[in-house]
Amino acid sequence: MTKAKKGVTFNHNPLLRSELPAWRPRFVLLCLLGGSLALVGRAAYLQGVNDQFLQAKGESRYARVLEVPATRGKITDRQGDVLAVSSPVKSIWAIPEDARLNPGQVRQLAGLLEMPVQEINQKLSVDKDFVFLKRQVSPELAERIAALKLPGIHDQREYRRFYPGGDVMAHVVGFTGVDDKGQEGIELAFEAALAGKPGSRRVVKDRRGNVVEDVQSIRLPQDGREVALAIDNKIQYLAHAALKQAMTDHKAKAGGVVVIDAKSGEILALANAPTYNPNNRVKLTGDQLRNRALTDTYEPGSTMKPFTAALALEKGKVTANTIINCAPGRMTIGSATISDAHPHGALSVTQVIQKSSNIGAAKMALSFPPETMWKMFDDLGFGSPLKLGFPGEVGGRLRPAKNWRPIEQATMSYGHGMSVNLMQMANAYQVFARDGDIVPLSLSRVDTPPVHGTRVFSPQTAREVRQMLETVVQPGGTAQLANVPGYRVGGKTGTSMKLVGGHYANRYVASFVGIAPISDPRLIVAVMIDEPSNGKRYGGEVAAPVFAQVTGGALRTLGVAPDAPLKPLQVARGAAAPVREAM
Amino acid sequence: MARLTGFLVMLVVASSLGVVASQHHARKLYAAVEREQQRSRQLEVEWGQLQLEQSTWAAHARIEKLAREKLAMRPPLPGQIIAIEERP
Repeated sequence: MTKAKKGVTFNHNPLLRSELPAWRPRFVLLCLLGGSLALVGRAAYLQGVNDQFLQAKGESRYARVLEVPATRGKITDRQGDVLAVSSPVKSIWAIPEDARLNPGQVRQLAGLLEMPVQEINQKLSVDKDFVFLKRQVSPELAERIAALKLPGIHDQREYRRFYPGGDVMAHVVGFTGVDDKGQEGIELAFEAALAGKPGSRRVVKDRRGNVVEDVQSIRLPQDGREVALAIDNKIQYLAHAALKQAMTDHKAKAGGVVVIDAKSGEILALANAPTYNPNNRVKLTGDQLRNRALTDTYEPGSTMKPFTAALALEKGKVTANTIINCAPGRMTIGSATISDAHPHGALSVTQVIQKSSNIGAAKMALSFPPETMWKMFDDLGFGSPLKLGFPGEVGGRLRPAKNWRPIEQATMSYGHGMSVNLMQMANAYQVFARDGDIVPLSLSRVDTPPVHGTRVFSPQTAREVRQMLETVVQPGGTAQLANVPGYRVGGKTGTSMKLVGGHYANRYVASFVGIAPISDPRLIVAVMIDEPSNGKRYGGEVAAPVFAQVTGGALRTLGVAPDAPLKPLQVARGAAAPVREAM
Repeated sequence: MARLTGFLVMLVVASSLGVVASQHHARKLYAAVEREQQRSRQLEVEWGQLQLEQSTWAAHARIEKLAREKLAMRPPLPGQIIAIEERP
């Protein structure tokens, strides 16, 4: 108040002298104080307690979440040769409303895309917000289109799958759709492993849209795993080429070849015919698409006989030299009569296999109860899918033992009245190649092979049947064409009529399943030719030569030492240049 | 007192300039990392394409055709093959 007296004292101005009550200034002061306290409180709340909201708002001005693409895994063969690989391509799309192009621009675009002008105009005139003009064009082409700077025309990055193996590998590898998802074969079976998971990350972008800072990785992208198959590129090619040749030679409808490594259970080759080119699937039919070795069943015929013989040996009913009377080549069971293609007299068990006598097999089969036989078939993997994980795999038909009539038991002993697929057949022959046990088959490479499998027969039985199988390819056997020079091989032929509309028609399935080399089996090769119609129809004539070709090549490819070496024509002792085999 | 204040102000200014400089540096480094990652992806793609090319050139059908037709090669007769056993 003392200072006020020195200066201008406005409050002495009578005009300003207020007659306010004393509580009013205090009230105003209180209001102002309260107001500012509320502001401070609010500020503290926003800064301290509920700080997420504003931070998020602020960040959204400069932070962006970017999608980080992941690539689909490669598929390789056992040596690492690429069978399927993804490569980036571009898809050209348009917003029809924005794409106001003059006729010259449309012509230019049509020229680059190699599409008729009308088609482009038609696509651009639809009433949609988004339309693909052309999918999966090369990145170079997409760049040239982007350089035209046409309004409303955009591109987007996609991946396209390439299959260098082409038709040789088609049935194994399968293919993906336009969305890069597996649709067939391994691409579908291993989808979970092959498919990558795209990741995302939060970044700070500057005014020009450049990423200046990586704030955090929300999800790391996970590239698809590389899948190494058990398939051997070379053996697969051998199987494919041999099958193709046989298809033409015998004017067959279809066929399949399966090669299995008996030591590890790996599937080294799986070829089917007819096949297709997975890189160009325009004229694809369902017939070409079928992986017959896994999805189609057939009556195995005589390739089943070795199992019947093995069971008889195992149960001590016969020895390899027991004589079975197969004369006169016919046998009546109940109301049905079964017969041999060529009548035989008295045959030893070995000869029953060598000459493929139905009567001999039936007589052995009728010596044990149906349940025993059914159990063997079940142990061998017949009647239920092998569960390789391959799409569309079937298990074939094996009826429960309690419904078997004696005639059925007799016909099953030589592979009629039941159905299997080719892979099951190859799988079951492991018992002869592996001293009586079976290991699970694998489509993917096995790095530590299982030592023991599920035992079906004793090693003794397996070895005896192996000797019998070898006689089949020797003089007097049904498959002398299956011989592979330099190696001891063995196997069994099969020729069965096809059931058409419930009746056996005059169409045949010729097959051969064999193992090699006999001294220490490494390979199991199963061949099936459907409806050979160029005169020859027996397994020994049609399928056995394919077996010989594939097995010979595969054994040399794998570097298996010959167990029946021939004398070299000329011994090049001094110049010990290794004789390389041509492909 | 005033001198201390001045000194502290100077320190604050220096430190804030330092923050700006290091921020800039970090961003430059980040841009470099980004570029290298881009390059690595690019190389990955190229590697796939090269593998593809190799597989195409090395297709067995092609090799066999070339060997037979151009080089007049043929598989050796069984008697011409000498197996050499490897003994450890």
